[in-house]
Amino acid sequence: MKAAPDLLDLSLVFVTGKGGVGKTTVAAGLAQLAAEHGKRVLVCEVDAKGDVTSLFEAPPTDFTPREIAPGVWSMSMDTEASLREYLKLQLRIPVVGRIGPLAKAFDFVATAAPGVREILTVGKFCWEVKERHYDLVVVDAPASGHIVGQLAAPQAINDLVKVGLIRSQTDWMLDILSDPRQTGLVAVCTPEEMPVSETLELEKRVREETTVQMSAVVVNRVLPELFGQREEEIFEQLRDAENERVLSVRAGGSVAPVLEAARLAVTLRRTRSAHLQRLQAGLPEGMPVLLLPYLFVRSFGARTTRQVAHALGEELGL
Amino acid sequence: MTTTPVTEPKTVRQLLDAKDIVIACGPGGVGKTTTAAALAATAVVEQGGRVLVLTVDPARRLADALGLKGIGNDEVRIPDDVFTEAATRPRGELWAAMLDTKQSWDDLIRRHAPDAETREQILANPLYQNISGRFVQSHDYIAMERLYEIHSEGKYDLIVVDTPPTRNALDFLDAPQRMADFFSSRLLRWLIVPYRSRLVNIASRPFYQVADRILGTQFLADISEFFILFQSMYAGFVERADAVTRLLSDRRTTFMVVSTLEATPVREAEFFSSQLTARKLHLGAVVLNKVLPEYLRDPRTDKLAQSIAARAVELGEGLTDDPVVAGRVLGEVAESFLNFGVVARREAEQQAELKGAPDVLVTVPFFDADIYDMAGLLRLGALVWE
Repeated sequence: MKAAPDLLDLSLVFVTGKGGVGKTTVAAGLAQLAAEHGKRVLVCEVDAKGDVTSLFEAPPTDFTPREIAPGVWSMSMDTEASLREYLKLQLRIPVVGRIGPLAKAFDFVATAAPGVREILTVGKFCWEVKERHYDLVVVDAPASGHIVGQLAAPQAINDLVKVGLIRSQTDWMLDILSDPRQTGLVAVCTPEEMPVSETLELEKRVREETTVQMSAVVVNRVLPELFGQREEEIFEQLRDAENERVLSVRAGGSVAPVLEAARLAVTLRRTRSAHLQRLQAGLPEGMPVLLLPYLFVRSFGARTTRQVAHALGEELGL
Repeated sequence: MTTTPVTEPKTVRQLLDAKDIVIACGPGGVGKTTTAAALAATAVVEQGGRVLVLTVDPARRLADALGLKGIGNDEVRIPDDVFTEAATRPRGELWAAMLDTKQSWDDLIRRHAPDAETREQILANPLYQNISGRFVQSHDYIAMERLYEIHSEGKYDLIVVDTPPTRNALDFLDAPQRMADFFSSRLLRWLIVPYRSRLVNIASRPFYQVADRILGTQFLADISEFFILFQSMYAGFVERADAVTRLLSDRRTTFMVVSTLEATPVREAEFFSSQLTARKLHLGAVVLNKVLPEYLRDPRTDKLAQSIAARAVELGEGLTDDPVVAGRVLGEVAESFLNFGVVARREAEQQAELKGAPDVLVTVPFFDADIYDMAGLLRLGALVWE
């Protein structure tokens, strides 16, 4: 068994990764897994595209959470709605009617002052944790290029804004974000060159620039090991011209493409193993690396989300 | 692998005959940077002239492939022997630069500041340092600004731009306009009114009251100072932003959407293409990377693989020195074919559904190995080129 992080015991998990590596799939799988273990889970989409809900085959959600599967609630981040809620609940400034002019002012300040938009996003998640509405909040976070800025926002605000109500808010957010028993970051990658390099960079930046703890790295789309060494020798024998000819006659059609496809699969797997090793060598001692198999499926939906959840569960030793 | 790129009705070569700028865009993680570099290198070999690849990706591997120790904000020429080692001869010059957001912003301020004092004050302002350093939108803007700057210098025949991985793939298109809007906003005028007259102005008073309460007076003062300083550059900025926007829609500029056929990237690429069309920007080419070989989708071979899976032991008999392992291997081989076939068919279907009509659609097969040198870049480039 691996040194499994108690991922499911955390209250707030940010799932990030380079675009296209399947971070949404992993976020949905993690939410599903936690729900299957009896937890009330909120899964939040930051760049609302409706991808999370489609992985549960549910219609898209908005800022108000809705249960999309047993034990799984979903919401999409909306900074304007978050601002309204924030003003009302935290700063006790009621906003009546349309937020229009205020939102404009907010947009302006947010453009001028980096961190304001980010803090409303992160602040919302921290608030859900603080209020204990759910056992676990899973955030389908921005791609790795942006997550550091978002997680560092409360600290940045603390540095920039010396007084005022916002300043007084960042302290409790930092308490939650900095507590490794409450908050964790999961980096998703694939065993390919750029995603691995970016994950190693991300680990370093998260360690140096934020107060959040990286809990695990999930390697998605790991190709199956087709052969061991002995099998590979036999495979090479089967591929020689004479054997290929005999096989084609026996099978009743050219087996060349079938053998070629296997060769491609073996080569891909080998290239990827090298990147996987580089990843493991580059991460700090003891950082759990969870492997998810490549899914050879026609489409992605509730069924694949359950598959991912179970694969994650196995990797976590659950 | 022998998949040939789809080249009707035009090729990338023909497309580039009339273009000065190619902007590579699309979702992250699909080989955008590598494709941009490969295209630039191939253009140097095939067309000649001076070609610049402007990248935003600090990938060391790309620098290695280009024979450089590292790529910085300033354009550097790729030595000819890098091409010679890849067994070709460049007909022109290949140059490369990597966008350094912070340094580009500083350069911009130096260019536009009315005097030395203002310049130093802006550069030292904590808010400015924050904006220029980590602010994502500023990254988008500066990439387009830098492109404009380089293009107007007229040093290059072709500029290939690798766009920043944005949260929203379109952010960088809107960045110049947003920057212009930002500087002409009424709120900006409110902010830069001297403090005393603020409380007199009825219209802006509620804004200050709320803003003071949320952000604190000191922070507001910091913002004000920053924008008062920035105001001196206002006209220059707005004019610039407009010019950048015009350059993007110029006839000589084309966009190349890069994607793979996986579900999420394909959806993003599709959205991107439709937005380009809606903005009347020129969608020149769609490049699909890592496309699985066509033979995986052949129904006859699929049937054959099914029958191999069922009769693996019998088929492998007498061919090798180990019949048991041979049977197992054949079974695995057939299963693997069937598995990849599922993915290949799904991806082919996704390709067929790709909407929007680019001038050129190119598919690039899965490479066996990663691209780590000029020879690799040119191999990829050749597939994109024709």
